[in-house]
Amino acid sequence: MGRSLKKGPFVNQKLLIKIDKLNEAGQKRPIKTWARASMITPDFVGHNFLVHNGKDFVNVYVTENMVGHKLGEFSPTRIFKGHGAHTAKVTK
Amino acid sequence: MARLLGVDIPNEKRIEASLPYIYGIGLALAKKILGQANINPDTRTGELTNEQIGAIVSVIQANGIAIEGDLRRELQLNLKRLQQINCYRGIRHRKGLPVRGQRTKTNARTRKGPRRTVGVQKAKK
Repeated sequence: MGRSLKKGPFVNQKLLIKIDKLNEAGQKRPIKTWARASMITPDFVGHNFLVHNGKDFVNVYVTENMVGHKLGEFSPTRIFKGHGAHTAKVTK
Repeated sequence: MARLLGVDIPNEKRIEASLPYIYGIGLALAKKILGQANINPDTRTGELTNEQIGAIVSVIQANGIAIEGDLRRELQLNLKRLQQINCYRGIRHRKGLPVRGQRTKTNARTRKGPRRTVGVQKAKK
């Protein structure tokens, strides 16, 4: 189910303010954020985000292709380490 | 066997039923196209006049309906983009797992393919 058009895309306002400031100052500094649900707008392009995945902050460099996706899509919350780890090392 | 838009060769069926032989056209779209081209969907494909075939082709092209190779390429590009930006959906495509949040504890055989049992190696005593 998509989001209602009436509301428009969800963008974290605090994030947007920060980006605006960085753009005005012409700076590039990674932004630490928990706002995984925030949509990536064209303003975000070229910036680095440290997106929280529940444990760490994953570095996400935003490119043009990513516009319209959400920040959380680039910061996986699950890490699959593989099955069958009953090797000598582990069972000891 | 009529030839329409290059390679496609529908046959002696009703035109409504033969258009879906083209990759990218289903029954619903076929009906819509025929409606716009003003052709009775029950006429046999072989009985169509050249003008009528031309009308179908022009309707498809005028509406910018992607067909066959173009459509396949478009889909490929969508996939490639998802994989290249390294988003969750792209990763799932790369791994051949369900993309839309389905369970994978059981089922998901369409994406995963035939069962491959992964045995656990017993530790040597």
